[in-house]
Amino acid sequence: MSRFRSQLRTELQLVARNGEQLLLTVGIPVLLLVFFSLVDVLPTGTDDPVDFLAPGVLALAVMSTSMVSLGIATGFERSYHVLKRLGATPLGRGRLIAAKIAAVAVVEMVQFAILVPVASALGWSPGATNWPAAIGAVLLGTMAFAGIGLSFAGRVRGEINLAALNGIYLVLLLLGGMVIPFAKLPGAIRAVAHGLPSGALADVLRDTLGGGGAQPGTSWLVLAVWAVATPLIAAALFRWD
Amino acid sequence: MAAVEVSGLTVRYGQLVAVHDVSFSAAAGQITAVLGPNGAGKTSTIEVCEGYRRATAGTVRVLGLDPATQQRLLSERMGVMLQEGGVYPSARVLDTVRHYCALYGKGVDPAALVQQVGLADRRTATWRRLSGGEKQRVSLALALAAAPEVAFLDEPTSGVDVNGRDTIRGIVRALADGGCAVVLATHELDEAERLADRVVIFDKGVVIADGTLAELRRGHDEIRFRSSPQLDTIALANSIGMVASRVGSDEYVIDAPPHPRLMAQLTAWLAEQGHPLTDMRAGAQRLEDVFRRLTADKPAADDPEADR
Repeated sequence: MSRFRSQLRTELQLVARNGEQLLLTVGIPVLLLVFFSLVDVLPTGTDDPVDFLAPGVLALAVMSTSMVSLGIATGFERSYHVLKRLGATPLGRGRLIAAKIAAVAVVEMVQFAILVPVASALGWSPGATNWPAAIGAVLLGTMAFAGIGLSFAGRVRGEINLAALNGIYLVLLLLGGMVIPFAKLPGAIRAVAHGLPSGALADVLRDTLGGGGAQPGTSWLVLAVWAVATPLIAAALFRWD
Repeated sequence: MAAVEVSGLTVRYGQLVAVHDVSFSAAAGQITAVLGPNGAGKTSTIEVCEGYRRATAGTVRVLGLDPATQQRLLSERMGVMLQEGGVYPSARVLDTVRHYCALYGKGVDPAALVQQVGLADRRTATWRRLSGGEKQRVSLALALAAAPEVAFLDEPTSGVDVNGRDTIRGIVRALADGGCAVVLATHELDEAERLADRVVIFDKGVVIADGTLAELRRGHDEIRFRSSPQLDTIALANSIGMVASRVGSDEYVIDAPPHPRLMAQLTAWLAEQGHPLTDMRAGAQRLEDVFRRLTADKPAADDPEADR
């Protein structure tokens, strides 16, 4: 078995064994999607809440996996000296990162395979869809969020990393246009929200999966900047031990 | 050529000099124990050899490679056992060993390796459920997965029970007998005494002794015995013509080779005085005594902390 495949298999085994990660990556997005689609309490501005929520929850799923799940797991791996031990094997940094990204991609595919049918069952029927563009947006979002997660994981202690990423997750969830429309946010906060990676990804996904984006051109640009900047920051900050 | 060659190594952390101008070597087929108390600089030295840390000055070659710039090449031929951790808490024993066998790609059978370190019945247990000793065995298995030409083992028997220690010692001995250069970092002198072919003793960032156990003990024979706490050491010295020092409440040492005549004089005097002889050991000093002797009168100028 190749080194990459062995590492990927290990990463996926660990994700599958960590119940709290499965709750975060699958449970919470499904719960939010189902609850707020059935209980019409959010100011979505659409006839059917699921039309607004489905792209936002897909963006949330990407953020959960690539930022919070990856970041927390990697932070603890550093605390437990797992990365240090792997650093003394022929695996190499490149294969390790590639395996982690591949594992994130696999988990995201599973998330989408669950969320899209659930959304459809709840009545989501996007009109004009551009799945290739949506996949591109997911890739950019994954890079941006993974960069944020690994920036924290590579620098701060495991417990602080856990708290910090969960806090950022909550802020990005509330301000990122995922479940609450930008239009409902106060003016100053709205401007900041449009510049956040969560806001940009949710807006782009909303545009590519139904055509309801607020400012898709700007959001693509914002997303691309985050996707380039945060991995560079992570690479600069990252420590293996 | 030695498998590990360290020459003039210095490691600084800011103003702190952790290792100062250290030189030693480790040969293939031998167990070299790097000894010293916590903070002596042995871990920093080993980490430079493993490629984890950069030297501030000096040169290090492991299997002829520079660990700082050729760590990838070195990692193919090097086994590493960390002092603690290194494994995912939720990973299972056999899965972890199988993973490392795949990473090294040397064709080592993971199930046989788990059997060898005595964890066959724990192969499905997760790391977090293992005892300290069992974790050490897994860590050793991960080092063996490399089928290494050089192995750096940090405190391999720490936290391991008596039977487990014998198992690990046997494995480490067999590893060296197979031609591997084993570098054993430990602060347990007894462990080094049992295993090492060569000993490098660190103290306060410098090497204070380097040689075989026989070399370090040479010229330092003693007779150590236990008797009555009320022993009159002056009268004993007058009788046998040698100074006897009290080193414990009922323990005494005579710094002299264990000549039969001296032994006879000692036991005869004890018998005449009506003192018991509850324990007696004669010959070379224990490594612990060698270490105490070497570190006792160390000049303060050698203290790297003075460089702060």
